[in-house]
Amino acid sequence: MFGYSMADIGNIVVMQGFSGLSMFTVLLLMALGLAIIFGQMGVINMAHGEFMTIGAYTTVLLSKVAATYGFTNYYFIFAIAIAFLLAFAVGYFIEFIMIRHLYKRPLDTLLATWGLSLVMQQIFRSTFGAKEVSAELPEWMLGSFKPTPDIDIPINGVFVMVLAALVTFGVYMFMYKSRWGLRVRATVQNRTMAGAVGINTSKVDRVTFALGCGIAGIAGAAFTTIASTGPTTGTLYIVDSFMVVVFGGAASIVGTIASAFGIAQAQSILQFFMTSSMGKVSTLLVIVTILMMKPEGLFASKLRK
Amino acid sequence: MSTLNRRGFIKGAMLGAMMAAGLVTGHAFAADYPTAKVNTTGLAVTDTTVKVGILHSATGTMAISETGSIQAEKLAIEQINAMGGILGRKIEVVQEDGASDWPTFAEKAKKLLEKDKVASVMGCWTSASRKAALPVFEKDNGLLFYPTFYEGLEQSKNVFYTGQEATQQILAGLDWIAKEKKAKTFYLIGSDYIWPRTSMKIARKHIEQHLGGKVVGEEYIALGDTQFGSVINKIKLKRPDVIYAAVVGGSNVAWFKQLNAAGLNSSKQTMLTISVTEDEVLGIGGENLAGFYSAMKYFQSQDNDANKKFVEAFKKRWGKDAVIGDVTQAAYLGPWLYKAAVERAGSFDVDKVQAALPGYEFKDAPEGPVTVEANHHLTTKLRIGQWGKDGQAKVVYTSGYIKPDPFPKGYQ
Amino acid sequence: MTLWEKMKASPVLGGKEGVISLAVLAAIIFVVLPLGLDIFRLNLIGKYLTYAFVAVGLVMLWGHGGILSLGQGIFFGLGGYAMAMFLKLEASDPLSTKIQSTPGIPDFMDWNQLTALPWFWEPFKSLPFTIFAVLTIPALFAYIIGYAMFKRRVGGVYFSIITQAVALILSILIVGQQGYTGGVNGMTDLRTMLGWDIRSDSAKYILYFVNGLLLFGAIFLSKYIMSSKFGMLLLAMRDKEERVRFSGYDVSNFKIFIFCLAAMMSAVGGAMFTLQVGFMSPSFVGIVPSIEMVIFCAVGGRASLVGAVYGTLLVNYGKTVFSETYPEMWLFLMGGLFIAVVMFFPSGLAGIWDKYATKYGWFKDKAPAKKLEVSTSKVEAQAVLTETSIETSLATDSTGVATKRSPRKKADATSAIEGNKLRGAEA
Repeated sequence: MFGYSMADIGNIVVMQGFSGLSMFTVLLLMALGLAIIFGQMGVINMAHGEFMTIGAYTTVLLSKVAATYGFTNYYFIFAIAIAFLLAFAVGYFIEFIMIRHLYKRPLDTLLATWGLSLVMQQIFRSTFGAKEVSAELPEWMLGSFKPTPDIDIPINGVFVMVLAALVTFGVYMFMYKSRWGLRVRATVQNRTMAGAVGINTSKVDRVTFALGCGIAGIAGAAFTTIASTGPTTGTLYIVDSFMVVVFGGAASIVGTIASAFGIAQAQSILQFFMTSSMGKVSTLLVIVTILMMKPEGLFASKLRK
Repeated sequence: MSTLNRRGFIKGAMLGAMMAAGLVTGHAFAADYPTAKVNTTGLAVTDTTVKVGILHSATGTMAISETGSIQAEKLAIEQINAMGGILGRKIEVVQEDGASDWPTFAEKAKKLLEKDKVASVMGCWTSASRKAALPVFEKDNGLLFYPTFYEGLEQSKNVFYTGQEATQQILAGLDWIAKEKKAKTFYLIGSDYIWPRTSMKIARKHIEQHLGGKVVGEEYIALGDTQFGSVINKIKLKRPDVIYAAVVGGSNVAWFKQLNAAGLNSSKQTMLTISVTEDEVLGIGGENLAGFYSAMKYFQSQDNDANKKFVEAFKKRWGKDAVIGDVTQAAYLGPWLYKAAVERAGSFDVDKVQAALPGYEFKDAPEGPVTVEANHHLTTKLRIGQWGKDGQAKVVYTSGYIKPDPFPKGYQ
Repeated sequence: MTLWEKMKASPVLGGKEGVISLAVLAAIIFVVLPLGLDIFRLNLIGKYLTYAFVAVGLVMLWGHGGILSLGQGIFFGLGGYAMAMFLKLEASDPLSTKIQSTPGIPDFMDWNQLTALPWFWEPFKSLPFTIFAVLTIPALFAYIIGYAMFKRRVGGVYFSIITQAVALILSILIVGQQGYTGGVNGMTDLRTMLGWDIRSDSAKYILYFVNGLLLFGAIFLSKYIMSSKFGMLLLAMRDKEERVRFSGYDVSNFKIFIFCLAAMMSAVGGAMFTLQVGFMSPSFVGIVPSIEMVIFCAVGGRASLVGAVYGTLLVNYGKTVFSETYPEMWLFLMGGLFIAVVMFFPSGLAGIWDKYATKYGWFKDKAPAKKLEVSTSKVEAQAVLTETSIETSLATDSTGVATKRSPRKKADATSAIEGNKLRGAEA
């Protein structure tokens, strides 16, 4: 077939399947934090990408520290934890000084957080310089895993995949199995009533927002394994993230997962058969067309307006 | 850094440059060249100073790349001033920020030429910014020294191109890799804009018509895209002897990281890239690049006296972690070439400077001697560097002198 | 009645204050700036004023209609590209392109191995067609997007994000199809229009004034629409869409109309941009410029037409000045400005002006404005945006805006709308 042997084609199908999955987990990690913030609170956080960048720079800095003190092999775990905490803390602070004043004006949060993203980019640039930097990866994360001599499964892809699974599981547990999650859901469903039964709704908001930002931090840390870190790195991800969340239907985590999967597979397959940039355009066009026909997204929660 | 240090360095490093230009010390000139005579077109030239513009992006996405050029130009200007300036006049820098926004480049170029009346401008980086600013330079008869390697297909009397045009960078590199690696099949991949597309067009013609090879795939990536899984799988299916790459910006980093992770490291795959310099390596990480080749006219590791002095001065001025890529070095040539041209012309008038520069050989360029040709490009050598884990390249091949040919016949 | 009294009485102009604010703006644009600035700076102001077309469109669309489009760059770009195609064809005559393998086609086509002009370029050899295209293509495009979305009641945030995605798609397409569009470099080196050198100083003066006049045309048209019944419906829709719908109005048609109108204005701005700056590139189509244009509008006061013009001028002037002196500080300032305007001054400069004008009673006995930078009309004053201020403005007695007033018979209103459409088309 097309001048390639069956074994070749088999290998490519396996690897192509994996790169689709890998893109899926990347999109999922990007979008999860946003899905929580946008889906649960209705806040459009245009600075989401910059929270990822916080995580990425944390990892880069920590890799330098690790190289000095010789714990390069396992610093990544600390990096992820610290990235989460830092992004969480910044998110908590931003909610306090900015976001909470804008809850009634969703379109305005969009503009204000866009301004925030500009400020954050310039802070990164002034602090870390305009040039892109790279985190030194531990040896075990480089290269690929080979089930057969002709199949290469990228280890960093597997790593991102495992991380995405863990984070998704964590978010699920948090939202559906913990007291906090119960409060968050109660607040989303009926703020006044939730307040009336004694839930501190403004605190719930703050933690929810900070949690979304913290997850963005984790995503940023994970992406240092596959892409670059620079002051404007976040802008590369922001539109993709929004597409995933909106396409999935804002208030649904299952929707986000499904839409990340769908978009990733479509883009991955289209990019295989078309040129890369046309593949991307076609995917976006399909999403926009579907959204125009089904504006509430794939898995919209049934809400009465 | 103190003036003393700089002076000390300058004496050593730049004496040669002065001799090359056939000149003695600076100060004698101011009296010999009265302002009324050397500046008949109303430029910002006084008895003691001359204004020169620097026009690069200090902010925005391109700041990543252009910062090095700004630093190199400033260093060269400081060194020239320490030697007494140009015709006895110290260079006063007017720096403008193009903000990675092409119209801003046009606007600022206009400001530099019409408001500040600068005698020349060192600047622009991307082709898009140059294309935007070029009509301004042509209309106001300004002078631009442009440092980046670029796609060619341009020749303006108002611009001197201190980087390579496409054929200089591409042809010799392909010849080398075809011979050295006995490569027959090539996979071309680049970011989706004019420079990679034009370069790949030239590469394809050369491979098919002159090397008897075959292009098994040609791929363009949207600027800023960071997902390469599918592209890498396509490459694996085609098994090319050589990947020929011109991916830029954030995509570049993702491209190398993912390529490596997919098992295509240098032990399995030969790759020649025309878009990786020492600047990019910082972001990509040496471990992801080790063993791959770059085709450039300059590498920081070049072992000659002029380069050693340049690297030393650069690090002294901008910090010991500073790295110098191809474009940074080309940007460093700009002020020196301008100085030489003015001194050859004995005037700051743009027309005279333009006429005086072609034919000049700059012997002490860090990359080795270069000659300015009548088409305003430089005759240079091409070097192939193999990257090491430390982020420095080892020069494995140096071509002979290659004349610039911005409108190559048979490649259009 | 003297002319002055007629103007004061006109609801379109917005009473005495409205007339004065327009007169002040006209004086600044047509007298003060041309006399006070050299041609280089004036040309820059002219460039900024082309963004003001987008901002004026956004005042209607967003400030009064409550529809936030993050894709106005699409229309600015389409208008600009249409004009650029005409100018590029004129600049690519066989004589000046004789170095190419195919003389007579634009240089970037030649580099991309095109040997003939693509079919869709052919009509752009004609100036009337180009002008027609500037006015209709973006409007048509807006109609398609608007129809698809508003008919399905996509609104609010979703509309914003989808328009953003469309802007992204368009800019990737323009960059990717460089044989037809010039790619990331855009279309550069545009020289003459029907043999008239647009790069000369005299041409720049003329284009500046033409641009100013067109901008005033756009403002008057917007004022007219807003003072009409349609303008009131628009406000009503913004504040309580369901009620308007239940009253029997077809909300989606109104939205589509206003979206198309805003698109058309942006396109005119784009075309004027190309003429004054001499090139067009995809960097005006994407997400970033689209959002920046929203900011111009927000800074001036999202509900004030005149404010939007001042906002555009101020932000861009600030950008030029600050990026010359403190390039580092500029992004902090721009970002900070976004945040401050949204959080503390949701009605922008116009809101601040209004507050002081009311506080000191400037428009009761004293006539002209002391400060020039801000101004607003009475009609617009009531259209400030925060929810609370809407409540209060509804409570205050008003001359024009009547969100509370129950809509009259539908037939009545539709005919009014039809009328507006016709007038809109004339402009």
